[in-house]
Amino acid sequence: MSKPKHKIVIDGVSKVFGPDPQSVMPLVRDGVSKQEMLEKHGHVVGIRDVSLDIPAAGTFVVMGLSGSGKSTLIRHLNRLIDPTAGRILVDGQDILTYNDQQLREFRRSKISMVFQRFALLPHKTVLDNVIYGLVIGGMDAAKAREHGMQQIELVGLSGFENQYPRQLSGGMQQRVGLARALATDAEILLMDEAFSALDPLIRNDMQGQLKELQARLHKTIVFITHDLDEALRLGDNIAILKDGELRQVGTGSEILLKPADDYVSRFVRDVNRARVVTIGSLARKAASLPASDATEARCRELLDKTGAVVLTADGKARAVLDSRDASAASIRKALKAAARGAALPELDAAATIEECFATLAASGGPVITVSANRRSMGLVERGDVFAAMTV
Amino acid sequence: MAENFPQIVDIRAIRIFIDDGFNTIVANYGEALEIAFLPVLRMLTIMEHFLQWLPWYVVVIVLSAVTYLASRSWKASVGVAVMMFLVGVIGIWDEAMATIALMLTSTFLAVLIGIPVGVAMSRSDTMQAITIPVLDIMQTMPIFVYLIPFVMLFGPGKIPALLATIVFAIPPVIRLTNLGIRQVDAEVIEAVTSFGATPRQRLFTAQIPLAMPTIMAGINQTTMMALSMVVIASMIGAGGLGYQVLQGIQRLEVSRGLLAGLGIVFLAVIFDRIAQAYGRRMQQHLHIGS
Repeated sequence: MSKPKHKIVIDGVSKVFGPDPQSVMPLVRDGVSKQEMLEKHGHVVGIRDVSLDIPAAGTFVVMGLSGSGKSTLIRHLNRLIDPTAGRILVDGQDILTYNDQQLREFRRSKISMVFQRFALLPHKTVLDNVIYGLVIGGMDAAKAREHGMQQIELVGLSGFENQYPRQLSGGMQQRVGLARALATDAEILLMDEAFSALDPLIRNDMQGQLKELQARLHKTIVFITHDLDEALRLGDNIAILKDGELRQVGTGSEILLKPADDYVSRFVRDVNRARVVTIGSLARKAASLPASDATEARCRELLDKTGAVVLTADGKARAVLDSRDASAASIRKALKAAARGAALPELDAAATIEECFATLAASGGPVITVSANRRSMGLVERGDVFAAMTV
Repeated sequence: MAENFPQIVDIRAIRIFIDDGFNTIVANYGEALEIAFLPVLRMLTIMEHFLQWLPWYVVVIVLSAVTYLASRSWKASVGVAVMMFLVGVIGIWDEAMATIALMLTSTFLAVLIGIPVGVAMSRSDTMQAITIPVLDIMQTMPIFVYLIPFVMLFGPGKIPALLATIVFAIPPVIRLTNLGIRQVDAEVIEAVTSFGATPRQRLFTAQIPLAMPTIMAGINQTTMMALSMVVIASMIGAGGLGYQVLQGIQRLEVSRGLLAGLGIVFLAVIFDRIAQAYGRRMQQHLHIGS
């Protein structure tokens, strides 16, 4: 079997709450409004026809305000809630076909969850909470404890393992929740507003810690939040839900720069774009050409194809050509510059605008952006940056 | 018969039907039932003899030690010792031991039956809808009504007294077990489920431990109700302090009734203190810091 491209596929999932959900599904598909469904038909639409592809080893944020159905959606992924219609695939397997035994196995080994109000067992110690998933899965107690101690160390709670949850602060309790979820070595980590109940400073710390952990562990994280800043900080991809419907899916920059509709654009209006938008997302594409291979004809050919060319030597950018000024004289000048000129400044395409201010300020013309693997290059001008920062 | 309400159904026939039906049960199964409940009777008798055999100071020390373990308060345990001592001083020690035996045995059996019923109720809304009215009836029906069938089945004695006490005292433990489990934080239940707990693991690792303070409150109430039943149960031969009260009424001896009544009050205070202190400590233990 070929490896599925996406870790989790949510395919046309709807969830209706009420006395007979199936009977009203046709109306839900026809797009009868949430309000009307409640008043005329006595059913609550939790989720309406949501389809999402969640890639492996990344943080996928589902964002929405209260009542948007985000917590309902995440509970479908470990089947705390079963959908009224639709399919949910994890690693290509439809988890809705699982029987009780298979479902337990799936929950014990493959997916784990962190809760908004921590949901720790108050009568168990920190260590016993952390190893809860392992013990009910039948792991030998001594082995589980050893494994649990590693998780406790990982989240920075060493020395607290014999305390009870009530003796810890909120932030520490949530670390216990995180350690408990990590202890089963599940590939998928569901986080339901995991940091929403914490003080702003602690929340900030926890976000940083999660990013660090993720850089090491490469889990597939599905993170639910109502806080846009949190979504933009943590999410590789972000989905925006409103009234149980999907409004937009994309990277933070995509959502800020090209909001899909009015709702999303109103939502993102107050965000500090300089901190979120990556410089790469503003750049226009440029072809790169080693100066040793460069001839006037080759340059002209690439200029016609991509609109801009970066001449490189020893892997460093040396000169820039632009189709807007493609006279023979300027091409010759650029070739000459590439042959003996100094390296031009480069920007990491993944850097935020804010991190690029200094370089942009120092340069007169277009600045070169380079992707992490140096495979693709782009050109960005100050004007593009100002335009992106203007709402 | 001149009555204000017209006779719509023949209630006499119904009553005859009920009485005859019950008489048939008594005639055919009375003996079998009596044999079936012999182990319970033996348990009660052994308990009673054991408590009466124990030297009084052992009982006093054990009860005040238990109080200390439950409440961690010297004052409470000294109070319990003094009260038990007074029970002995006023000359009703053996009767008090018989009453404690009846109360503990019936509470034990009520808890043994009540907790599983409460758990079943917490799992199914239908079960809850059926059980709640039955419990309401059990608690509102005058207790004497239970005594009639039990006495008919078993004859006057300790078994009917014990059974009537259980029926009367069991509702709180059922109700509060159900309530306690239903009140457990839904997110905690979701959490244990999300880690792959089976229903049984969910019950024993999360629901019962977290519901324990509420269940203890139920056991406390059941204990108190069992104690309050002893006076009435004495009418059908349970003996103990209740019998002293009954004799006080029959012989119009105020002193006998008063002293036995005082003994019941002491026992009630002692067992209430122990159960409440234990419940409170458990609640503190389970309290989740906000």
